Amino acid sequence: MLDIAPDGQSPQRSRQFVHIEGLKRYFDVSAPWLVRMLERRPRQIVQAVDGIDIEIAKGETFSLVGESGCGKSTVARLVVGLYPPTAGSIHFDGHDMSGRRSGADNAALRRRMQMIFQDPFASLNPRWRVFDIVAEPIRAFGLAKDKADLEEQVGERLRQVRLAPADGVKYPHEFSGGQRQRISIARALASQSEFLVCDEPTSALDVSVQAQILNLMMDLQRRLQLTYLFISHNLAVVYHISTRVGVMYLGRLVEQAPTDTLFKRPKHPYTRMLLDTIPDLDMSGRQRSPVAGEVPSPINPPSGCTFHPRCPFANERCKAERPKPVAIEGGSVACHAIEEKRIPIEERSYTR
Amino acid sequence: MSAWLHRLTDSDIWWSFKSSWLTVVAAVATLFIILVSFLSPILAPHTPFDPATISLSDGLKPPVLVSADGEWTFPLGTDDQGRDVLSSIMYGTRLSLIVGLASVVVAMIMGIALGLISGYVGGTTDAVIMRIADVQLTFPAILVALLIDGIVRGLISVKQHDEIAVFVIVGAIGLSFWVQYARTVRGSVLVEKNKEYVQAARVIGLSPMLIMVRHVLPNVTGPVLVIATLNLGLAIISEATLSFLGVGLPSTQPSLGTLIRIGNELLQSGEWWITVFPGITLAALVLAVNLLGDWLRDALNPKLR
Amino acid sequence: MPPLDKLGNNPPLLEVKNLRVEFPTRRGTLLAVDDVSFDIAPGEVLGVVGESGAGKSLTGNAIIGLLEPPGRIAAGEIRLEGRRIDNLPYEEMRKVRGARIGAIFQDPLTSLNPLYSVGRQLIETIQTHMPVSASQARQRALELLKEVGIPGAEHRIDHYPHQFSGGMRQRVVIALALCAGPRLIVADEPTTALDVSIQAQIIALLKRLCREHGTAVMLVTHDMGVIAETADRVAVMYAGRIAEIGPVREVIKNAQHPYTRGLMGSIPSLGHRGERLTQIDGSMPRLTEIPKGCAFNPRCPQRGERCLVERPDLMPAGSGRAACWLHDARGVGAPVKDLAHA
Repeated sequence: MLDIAPDGQSPQRSRQFVHIEGLKRYFDVSAPWLVRMLERRPRQIVQAVDGIDIEIAKGETFSLVGESGCGKSTVARLVVGLYPPTAGSIHFDGHDMSGRRSGADNAALRRRMQMIFQDPFASLNPRWRVFDIVAEPIRAFGLAKDKADLEEQVGERLRQVRLAPADGVKYPHEFSGGQRQRISIARALASQSEFLVCDEPTSALDVSVQAQILNLMMDLQRRLQLTYLFISHNLAVVYHISTRVGVMYLGRLVEQAPTDTLFKRPKHPYTRMLLDTIPDLDMSGRQRSPVAGEVPSPINPPSGCTFHPRCPFANERCKAERPKPVAIEGGSVACHAIEEKRIPIEERSYTR
Repeated sequence: MSAWLHRLTDSDIWWSFKSSWLTVVAAVATLFIILVSFLSPILAPHTPFDPATISLSDGLKPPVLVSADGEWTFPLGTDDQGRDVLSSIMYGTRLSLIVGLASVVVAMIMGIALGLISGYVGGTTDAVIMRIADVQLTFPAILVALLIDGIVRGLISVKQHDEIAVFVIVGAIGLSFWVQYARTVRGSVLVEKNKEYVQAARVIGLSPMLIMVRHVLPNVTGPVLVIATLNLGLAIISEATLSFLGVGLPSTQPSLGTLIRIGNELLQSGEWWITVFPGITLAALVLAVNLLGDWLRDALNPKLR
Repeated sequence: MPPLDKLGNNPPLLEVKNLRVEFPTRRGTLLAVDDVSFDIAPGEVLGVVGESGAGKSLTGNAIIGLLEPPGRIAAGEIRLEGRRIDNLPYEEMRKVRGARIGAIFQDPLTSLNPLYSVGRQLIETIQTHMPVSASQARQRALELLKEVGIPGAEHRIDHYPHQFSGGMRQRVVIALALCAGPRLIVADEPTTALDVSIQAQIIALLKRLCREHGTAVMLVTHDMGVIAETADRVAVMYAGRIAEIGPVREVIKNAQHPYTRGLMGSIPSLGHRGERLTQIDGSMPRLTEIPKGCAFNPRCPQRGERCLVERPDLMPAGSGRAACWLHDARGVGAPVKDLAHA
């Protein structure tokens, strides 16, 4: 992966716009102390994110996919600073986000990364007008000279997301789901941000509205040179918009690769299984192998490689030892079977 | 202004209001009582608590429609000091309403502030505030109010106490009611705290105080309004109870409760009108306010729509 | 399977004719389902697809007889095996539900009563509709649980719903729907709340079981992928009406209605990467603002003057039917420019 120079600062690190290393986040979900004492229950820790390494280059779209409980939403919130990490580091444009800095420095970095949320109905304050919602980051970071400048900036942002500046006087409930996501995007861009963390931004939208929003996001990325960390469970969407994809399972990154590589030559058994669940809308009649089992509870994950109960290729080593990521074909895979070259890597095609 | 009015009359709430005749009657009654009592300096035929205008010779006159001894100048009769019952009721209602409203406002401010902090900050602060609230809830509100009132009386002289009686009562009742506001607001805050718009504000880097006040507070005030309206009736009754027991407002500034107390002593000798009329007024006022509160609670409940 | 959307000699299992579902509100009456007609043949899987607000769930609810008041069926007929069911009194409809129509809803958490064991709910349903003893019912419940793939059915039959995971619960719901041997199942978004890998399992299960039992399915969903995998025919709904109906392969690959075409184009698929997704500007009209003429006309790139005034009914188009003047001999009239953006 990266070579670490003796002083800890890798020369390659500064080239990566966003660099996440060894990121962990554990949640203590134990019963209250009294209950634990009386019923002799052990502490319970959910290892929501258990050691993630990701690099995102400027202008790129990195997508994190996985099913529920895999920790991808937690990663999004860790990157943006909503939770402090239990371990590991996040570097943004060369700056370590967890280091102690002055309030002003912190603000300057926070300004450049913003978040877009999944639920268009809960992500806008229902009591605020749209103008104030979009103006809030501008005001908070002091980016407008005066009232006229503020109005112009807000109007410009609304226009960028294909709404009208006059929509500023309305309240969120007067807009449809798709329009509210546009307002969210306008708010995220209002601070002149460069890096957007998008947590399932289209999952709650109808398919035709999703197309509008995805097209908009791709246009904005081109025009404003934005970098996206895109969280999703929808593989078709991810295939469409991503530069690189990372697959998560129970808090760990099992595979990451450039998009084409991941979809055409998936390596990790879980990735293969996930790709098999994508519906065959091109009616190409492609073969899908049966899928087994369910995602285990994150409170009591299986030992060793957490996927081993569902994996058709698991052996004794998989049950005991956690696989480390191994570089391969422009990406990395955490799988003993791949490392030992026990399973072949096949090429897939999705059209007839 | 007219746009706002238009939106109001066009809204679901107005429609639900109009469609329930009981609520309309209750609203009209409340409005009537409020108007008449607050305009009492103008409307009342007498000023019963100005010693210069009363004379003992007018004492104990019965209501005019009930007996031949009555006079139209004292339509509902007089008490033993010669004070006109009707005017007493008007001034008394005004005082009851002022005390009731003020104590609700005090309880609301205190409850909202503590509930907001408790819910948003969480942790130990939350635990401490909620335990205090729990302890206070084990006492009936009246007892708490009595306690506070008693302490103040013990600390200052009777004359001083009479002057600030209104404030003491308002404070006592307000302090006894803050808990339900705090708990409701805390519940709403816990729900709103996890919503994405709050997270978005945190991502922008706003301070928790700003987020609490600007983002969360406007969204948790809905249920508070309902509690406040229902509480108003309770506050008025509480004040009346305290005054009836003799530890509320003094006879120099009587509220409905005080009037009922004064009349109560004379009930045995047959002068019933001095107690009954203020009693009816009190009951009517509280009933009307409670009906309004009931309607408001149902109208604002999204599940029932 | 015959490519027509009406099967030749077999009488249809379910016939829906000119169904209208209304909601009286203080602002007037809202028309949520407007003159919808379709048939389902015995054993066939009909997908009913549409975006939110299209009226597909309400259609399903109307058929099961679970429309929530003030919504009501204002006009039209629903016939199951020739017998009318839309005007049955509550008790009669209750007998039909379960015995002849089964239902699967979206949220397995609320479809099962959390206070009763899974076995008890199954046995209760079986005994309500079939004259069997308790032990026979239990036997049948066990068989069903095994059929839907619950491991260790012998002791899991006495477990409570919260002891099952989401996917397992939905399997139990399927068992519950099938236990009294219905001829038709109405499934409303059966997999939307599940993880993608579980979705695929559940869809495969449903398909297999219905084939084995000969049960027809009316599959209501917004997910075109599920339809592609499971359905024989599909009806595309828009603003309370059917825009297009036909064999699933044809509708997906060769849509006849401009809305369907736009819809299919906006779904990202694995065949084409990086191209701009087809975008239908604007959004579905609210029930209070349905345009005159064809409901889709403000967003249609191929509209003509006729589309603004005359409302098209379903007419033959390709191998199915579509409600679009483009397939009429007289055409759409002069083209109208200037699409309105909602």
